Amino acid sequence: MKLSLGPNLYYWPREKQQAYYEEISDSPVDIVYIGETVCSRRHVMRLPDWLEVAKMLTAAGKEVVLSTLTLIESESDLKTMRRITENGGFLVEANDMGAVHRLAKRLPFIAGPYLNIYNPQTLGLIASLGARRWVIPVEMSHETLLSLQQARPTGIETEVFSYGRLPLAFSSRCFTARFHNLPKDDCRFLCINDHDGKTMYTREGKPFLAINGIQTQSALSYNLIGDLDSLQQTGVDVVRISPQSKHSSAVIRLFRDCIDKKLSSASAMQQIDALFPESSCNGYWHGRPGLDQTWKIHAT
Amino acid sequence: MQPELELVCPAGNLPALKVAVDNGANSVYLGFRDDTNARNFTGLNFDEENARKGVSYAHGKGAKVFLALNTYPRTQGWERWKKAIDQAAELGMDAVILADPGLMQYAMNNHPNLHLHLSVQGSATNYEAINFYYEHFGIRRAVLPRVLSFAQVEELSGSTPVELELFGFGGLCVMVEGRCSLSSYATGESPNNCGVCSPPKAVRWQQTTKGLESRLNGVLIDRYTDEENAGYPTLCKGRFVVDGETYYAMEEPTSLNTLELLPELLRIKVRGLKIEGRQRSPAYVAQVTRVWRDAIDQCMKNPHAFVVRPSWSAELGKISEGQQHTLGAYHRPWK
Repeated sequence: MKLSLGPNLYYWPREKQQAYYEEISDSPVDIVYIGETVCSRRHVMRLPDWLEVAKMLTAAGKEVVLSTLTLIESESDLKTMRRITENGGFLVEANDMGAVHRLAKRLPFIAGPYLNIYNPQTLGLIASLGARRWVIPVEMSHETLLSLQQARPTGIETEVFSYGRLPLAFSSRCFTARFHNLPKDDCRFLCINDHDGKTMYTREGKPFLAINGIQTQSALSYNLIGDLDSLQQTGVDVVRISPQSKHSSAVIRLFRDCIDKKLSSASAMQQIDALFPESSCNGYWHGRPGLDQTWKIHAT
Repeated sequence: MQPELELVCPAGNLPALKVAVDNGANSVYLGFRDDTNARNFTGLNFDEENARKGVSYAHGKGAKVFLALNTYPRTQGWERWKKAIDQAAELGMDAVILADPGLMQYAMNNHPNLHLHLSVQGSATNYEAINFYYEHFGIRRAVLPRVLSFAQVEELSGSTPVELELFGFGGLCVMVEGRCSLSSYATGESPNNCGVCSPPKAVRWQQTTKGLESRLNGVLIDRYTDEENAGYPTLCKGRFVVDGETYYAMEEPTSLNTLELLPELLRIKVRGLKIEGRQRSPAYVAQVTRVWRDAIDQCMKNPHAFVVRPSWSAELGKISEGQQHTLGAYHRPWK
């Protein structure tokens, strides 16, 4: 199985993003997705900046994919999306059917996790339009995936979101701006201060969700490092790690070592727990509520 | 002659369908009694016999019937969804409302005369996306997610041959429909797969010393003092704590109401005005349909002189969630 780093879902200062990808160029990840997928107002990195990052990562031997915005609303969002689909060099991850429309039967593309591909018929259709890889919806279980894998057309790879706070929902409302009592149009880009989003707790203090601008995430990190055997058995080709502000290289290395059988899942799990003491979840993969954790190490 | 602006009303059962038609709905939409539609609630929806009666009743009075098949079938369920499309064609439904591209392809190939509407669950928020479904499956109409501003709807309407249908009244999703897994994160069941959000079977109410608590699969969604009105624990409408502040972090319990936008909707040639609420009672459907029929008729007579009558607002106010109204995303500051 190959390892990928998903698009950074957060808004970090430009220097932090550039330093981050410098570090990633040295890590044992095979594929790197880059670009802004959450909010069209974020601007510290523009397409030319991303293309610079893309060149640097390509030179380091990574496969680079440019990801499109997920919620495309305005003509200006469409223009940005078209500039990405027509970049002329790098593969594109389409996160909206509008992007698929631009790419279909013209260029090979990656079908992102927000396209709602849930059955072999839709997968077949997307493949026939030119998708060479698809990312499963985060809420899909391994059982459902298995049934799709059995009917999967040849030539299309399967990728699974396997580590990080889960992107659960998109809105046109900005929840970070709402928290600060600001209108979205005058948000002052305050999400730049929340490097892993803002945790939303229940009224009895349990971490439940996280707000990241217009996106709502899980507060718990999804973590399938204990399920890599099952991923492999399901015929998954690419395991996706989602950028968090800390320890990305360490997490990538642990996944790499586990995939290469240099490290046991139990040991990898313990090491990740040491890096991130807050608990994690893996329910979706097991056909359960997403926030469930089936890995029993915490209970002992 | 086709009306300029169609009033599209919800029918959770046969009595609701009849009162919707009797009170002036141009179209009604309904679902079958399973997870093929996004209001998969116990005791709701139509079996084949009632669907046949409904189609016959509506057609007899000049109204159209749309079948909502707007969830995403997984491999195991495919045959059930496919059969539902075959049934829709056989029953003479005027359109099926679909979200899944695979199903659209099936419908197009097997029932070329069956009209296809893109469901709000298809998350199409721009004309490139809508035109994708138009070019590949020939959809006639798209229902827009409740996240676009009015200016964005207007911009979009000029760039697609597809008719547009907008939500005008009822429950308000703060998230983009089809792009929200909050419910499955907490309960295992989501609108996309199971046709439910924050499902009743996961809800628990408990009176505690701190107040009345509502939980979804154990997760505390809200807690109410004696003075507060407790609402259904829809996940995004609970109160949560961010940086020590307790508030409605995503959305207040409130309803969408776009009465005042009617002249503008007519001007940009929106084709369908959709009322949410297949889960509501026939009495509710009758009341809402009556008000909107009257408002649309008044507006079509003279859009320039249109004003929202206080009696309409009062009547709708009595039956709304949280008894508050909002223009939602159509009004930019809401965002």
